[in-house]
Amino acid sequence: MLATKVIQEQGVHVEGINFYTGFCVEGHTHAIRKKDKEKQKKNSSLWVAEQLGIKLHIIDISEEYKDIVLNPKHGYGQNLNPCLDCKIDMVARAWQWCQDNDFDFVITGEVIGQRPKSQRKATMPIIARESQVEDRLVRPLCAQHLPETYPEREGWVKREELYDFSGRSRKPQFALAEKLGIDEWSQPAGGCCFLTDASYSKKLQDLWDARGERRYEVDDIMLLKVGRHIRPAKNFKLIVSREEGENNFMRGYRSQFTYLYPTSHGGPLTLIDGSPTDEDLELAARIVARFSQGRNADKVTLEVVREHNQPAQVVQVVPMPADDIPEEWYIH
Amino acid sequence: MSQHELNARNLLCPIPVIRTQNKISELSAGDQLVVYCTDPGTLHDIPAWCRVHGHTLVSAEEQSDEIVITIEVNDT
Repeated sequence: MLATKVIQEQGVHVEGINFYTGFCVEGHTHAIRKKDKEKQKKNSSLWVAEQLGIKLHIIDISEEYKDIVLNPKHGYGQNLNPCLDCKIDMVARAWQWCQDNDFDFVITGEVIGQRPKSQRKATMPIIARESQVEDRLVRPLCAQHLPETYPEREGWVKREELYDFSGRSRKPQFALAEKLGIDEWSQPAGGCCFLTDASYSKKLQDLWDARGERRYEVDDIMLLKVGRHIRPAKNFKLIVSREEGENNFMRGYRSQFTYLYPTSHGGPLTLIDGSPTDEDLELAARIVARFSQGRNADKVTLEVVREHNQPAQVVQVVPMPADDIPEEWYIH
Repeated sequence: MSQHELNARNLLCPIPVIRTQNKISELSAGDQLVVYCTDPGTLHDIPAWCRVHGHTLVSAEEQSDEIVITIEVNDT
């Protein structure tokens, strides 16, 4: 937001690009969970574009992005976040978009030293080189620490009106925001990608381990955002809805999974990922019963559906005591 | 000038916005697009997208279990 405003202040026409990877935190999660229903469901990038008075192009790269997540040339950050490869890929795509739409250069809000993996002095030239944008990439907030770019040499952008921010402190950014009349902003980078989240990364790693290969579909990564994930064995995992909003969301996936739900008591819809045996499904039913309103009852009745729209199998089970579910079964 | 429809039911934001954006790029000024959605986030996001791109939001309303948004395409 600040970087754009700084360039706009120099009379340059700017348009925004927002890449949708499937791992974006907001939007989906707010839409799914009932407890978040009261939160404002605005899309941050659209909100920022509106504040700045610029067009915003939202581009779905979720399929192509798999290669970045699965095979990051520069490795992962603290979790399964391939931040440097991600940044290179997005700058490359932005530059291609510029060339296709008669724009002259790319700007980013990067600040040297702001992020431990992707925003270091050493990574700045790597991003410019490997994205092939080269010197058509301007970082208005830290440009004075970096070599002069083509737009600066051509006089399209005045170098002396760019900034020299560095480090993790955001105080200079807050001061600049105040100077530019910006008193509300979107959340800082890093907090908007599920791959930086330790719990989410564990679930993704578990998915790969259970399948014996590193691959995913977009539906897989959506389901990692909802429910309790409980894996009693390598061949199957339960995704137990935690509340009504998740229940409604997961109903849309019934045609792709074996699923079960209590009928004698209120309780969660549960999807079974994998290839469970009949014994596995009985164990799953006991676990689901534990999360139902019949958790203290002698017996809970559930319906198990192997194939959506086919007859359900009715089972009666003793709810599993909470202490009998080993902590290591929970993926979190 | 013609009327078009887009089914964005059971899709979560920002996918309905992306589908709307892509569909509108194929239409001409004066055309109308009716988008059917279920994600409540679309009530905020699609009107916001229209504002930043200069298209006219004709209406955005919740009808039983779905949201129906009508947009008139402008030459932007």
